[in-house]
Amino acid sequence: MAELISNLGIGFDAAFTWINLLYCLAGVFLGTLIGVLPGLGPTATIAMLLPLTFTLPPVSALIMLAGIYYGSQYGGSTTAILVNLPGEAASVVTTLDGYQMARQGRAGVALATAAIGSFFAGTVATFIITLFAPPLAEIGLMFGAAEYFSLMVLGLVAAVVLARGSLLHALGMVLLGLLLGLVGTDVNSGALRFTFGLPRLADGISFVVVAMGMFGLGEIIRNLEHEASRTMVTKKITSLIPTREDFKRMVAPILRGTALGSMLGILPGSGSILGAFAAYSVEKKVSKHSAEFGKGAIEGVAAPESANNAGAQTSFIPMLTLGIPSNPVMALMIGAMIIQGIQPGPAVISEQPDLFWGIIVSMWIGNLFLIVLNLPMIGLWVRIVSVPYHVLYPAILVFAAIGVFSLRNAEFDVLMLALFGLLGYIFAKLDCEPAPMLLGYILGPMMEEYLRRALLLSRGDPMTFIDRPISATLLACAVVAIVIAFLPAISKKREEVFQED
Amino acid sequence: MSIRNPKDFWAGLMYIALGLGAMYIARDYEMGSALRMGPGYFPTLLGALLALIGLVSLARSFYSEGEPIGALAVKATLLVCGGTVLFAVLLRGAGLVVSIIALVLVGSAASVRFRWGTVGLLAVGLAVFCVLVFVRGLGVPLPVVGSWFGG
Repeated sequence: MAELISNLGIGFDAAFTWINLLYCLAGVFLGTLIGVLPGLGPTATIAMLLPLTFTLPPVSALIMLAGIYYGSQYGGSTTAILVNLPGEAASVVTTLDGYQMARQGRAGVALATAAIGSFFAGTVATFIITLFAPPLAEIGLMFGAAEYFSLMVLGLVAAVVLARGSLLHALGMVLLGLLLGLVGTDVNSGALRFTFGLPRLADGISFVVVAMGMFGLGEIIRNLEHEASRTMVTKKITSLIPTREDFKRMVAPILRGTALGSMLGILPGSGSILGAFAAYSVEKKVSKHSAEFGKGAIEGVAAPESANNAGAQTSFIPMLTLGIPSNPVMALMIGAMIIQGIQPGPAVISEQPDLFWGIIVSMWIGNLFLIVLNLPMIGLWVRIVSVPYHVLYPAILVFAAIGVFSLRNAEFDVLMLALFGLLGYIFAKLDCEPAPMLLGYILGPMMEEYLRRALLLSRGDPMTFIDRPISATLLACAVVAIVIAFLPAISKKREEVFQED
Repeated sequence: MSIRNPKDFWAGLMYIALGLGAMYIARDYEMGSALRMGPGYFPTLLGALLALIGLVSLARSFYSEGEPIGALAVKATLLVCGGTVLFAVLLRGAGLVVSIIALVLVGSAASVRFRWGTVGLLAVGLAVFCVLVFVRGLGVPLPVVGSWFGG
């Protein structure tokens, strides 16, 4: 306990400097902004800003990037409630009841519920990170090559099982991502692989280019397919304050949403999205008011909004403690660490305590900023929602192109951006989710490296993965997850969870 | 036999093509053994697995029902990707200002709401913003005026 307090003290010292408070505010402000704007998500935004962060001190850079991610979860709900469009993927579920509440003239109450739920969930999730990250990092320090390989297998399996849509395609996309990750120079032999004789490919394809192309450009083309006009339900938000009855009804869903979201957020692949879906279906089952769901039930806003914010925050745990990304945003955060010369992994917590605890404390501060940004200043965001898409997307294109170019001053990367935009659109048309691919892409080179090292240490004996207890446990979990996912009863349930209606 | 799930069908074909392609290219790389894996070991393994997944997807497309793919937004794809390529081609020669204006003009043409007035204003506004924020403010080394104009 005393250690915990001294750790938090380090964090407060790091986060409570003027400059870091400013970057935290900038991060959550930007996060809310892009959360509010449909068609621009945190992955694309962080990818765009990544090249610009390497002039900042590491703590400030990571505090700001983290703020963008969890800030976007707040902003996403505003658009979901006011215009019936998910500003952010995780707020798809909020459109169901949030928009109905707005149509009944209770937009303000819905917004307040989302903000209160998010704030509570954010605070709890920050505590969960504080409690569980240090012991996890200690376990991580005992990991050898075999354990890391098995952990990544488990991570990829979880990403497949928890991905939206078809299991088969999630598996295909993970493999495709693993292959793409191999492009470039092989670390062990120095051989060039899949470079097609292009010297620019010797360092591999930058993750930022892939993420920007698939999530930025691909999304834009997808959105242009049916440019719907957005009609806002209310221009004026009247009462923000929920009634006593509203408060009573939102307490339990917020608690359950926070618990579910926190647990699911740690698992790879889903981040905050799965938590929101799961929380909504749980509420629909247990609520006394289940008949009201889809017609403006306050529980239908409170639970998923708490869950997505909790999940957004706990998804930092594997990244901070083991150096393993659980979703594309975390992969970018790892990229940001590497740019700063920090090797992500279990050693970060002991070697860079101010960075580690500074990020965690900043999350709580950021949540406080967010509730102020999102409730009293709601009028500003309402105006932002009405920025038309045909003005927004050319700006995204320009920022994406500049961001990608400035990675290493190469036009080549901008050309690759266009290529991945095209690929992203084709994948979207074929219902192939890009998230598992990106995870495979980032884990591919690491996995190959650990696989080779583990087999070298065991003199080529593959039994090493089963002889070592931690590794065996991790692999067993992966097998169990696959078996469960393919059981007919569960695979049916899996589809239900991701049903929007 | 008819294709009942076109998305599965085309995705399957894509996996097979990419998987076999990866194996074909990787045959030039040294395989090594499980003990000392060469650079070709992992890619060959992955390529084979991907092709296998493709086969399953392809087979599945004949007996499971699925939605049609729907029309491809060819115009939007060409304009958005083409505008990005144009930006890359113009950047060094014509400079940042011209490349941004070109990208905004071409990219915006993909929208059904294209209006010369709005788009022109947006292009100029973005060019000014990017020069001020990225080049002047953040010091990103971008050529504001390209080499063709003596920049």
